[in-house]
Amino acid sequence: MNSSNSGNVGIVIVSHSPKIAEGAADMVRQMVGSAVPLAWTGGDIDGGLGTNVAGILEAIETAWSPAGVAVLVDLGGAETNSEMAVEMLPEDRRARVVVCNAPVVEGAVIAATESSGGSPLAAVKRSAEEFYA
Amino acid sequence: MSLDRAAREKLVRALAESVIQHADELTSLDQAIGDGDHGLNMKRGFEAVLATLPGLADKSLPEMLKAIGMTLVMKVGGASGPLVGTFFMELGKALPEQSIRADLVAATAKAIDAVKARGRSEAGQKTLLDVLVPVQVVLAVGGDAKAIAAEAAQAADRTTPMLAIRGRASFLGERSIGHMDPGSRSASLLISAAVKVLEFEASS
Repeated sequence: MNSSNSGNVGIVIVSHSPKIAEGAADMVRQMVGSAVPLAWTGGDIDGGLGTNVAGILEAIETAWSPAGVAVLVDLGGAETNSEMAVEMLPEDRRARVVVCNAPVVEGAVIAATESSGGSPLAAVKRSAEEFYA
Repeated sequence: MSLDRAAREKLVRALAESVIQHADELTSLDQAIGDGDHGLNMKRGFEAVLATLPGLADKSLPEMLKAIGMTLVMKVGGASGPLVGTFFMELGKALPEQSIRADLVAATAKAIDAVKARGRSEAGQKTLLDVLVPVQVVLAVGGDAKAIAAEAAQAADRTTPMLAIRGRASFLGERSIGHMDPGSRSASLLISAAVKVLEFEASS
């Protein structure tokens, strides 16, 4: 997990596999350096494959930016748990976190690239979702 | 329906045991059409719920249900955590402290709507909703504990020939046909355990 301070939209990567989440984060870093707040999370609370709400909340906190946070997810449970995590955020933050309907690796790279140019949250989400649409 | 502390603890233990004792069965159902973690995930979640006893049973029934839901959301993992957890949390929110059957009917309807919203799903897609929805109908028309438990078991059976449209099993398309939905099975186990305790309390 890592982050950086900037006014750019933060990126959170959520995968069932911690290795995929970390690897995707490495690819994002290679593309955009430290211009974008970034965090990843993966695995269930026992360290097996899966996702967990607490880990996602922590990642959102790590990648938090006043511009908001875009969450990239892999399979169903990652999406459901991410949506649950968003609902559990304090109300003033809830509207500034979006779960993107995009492939996790490609979506994360595209979203981070868009964010690094200073685009707002809606544009970051749109770019990630349009890439494979 | 008013459950004293002992009855609330009994309810929690019955719910947890129903899932924990069937963890292997749930896992093998999930291995057939999912990712094979349902039994383990649900077991972990309900073991975490048990770990919050005895304090958990000191709470009122609505507060206790909310706390169970929150523990499941945080500990189960997989899509089942938020789905089953949401059901318990919303049931707790909608249920008054002193509730009659009509309150339970209304509260379960609300909790089911919340599960539908969380999963963006409806009955007929081979998910736990295929048990929750028909069981709620039996509850609403006045069915007794036996009728409710029977409907839960039959409803889970009816998911076997269904084509999965939501959840990991939907990736399999037609190959999802012929296997019972694991989420429906765990919902049916929980419902049977709950009505058994509630029936005993109502008659004692």
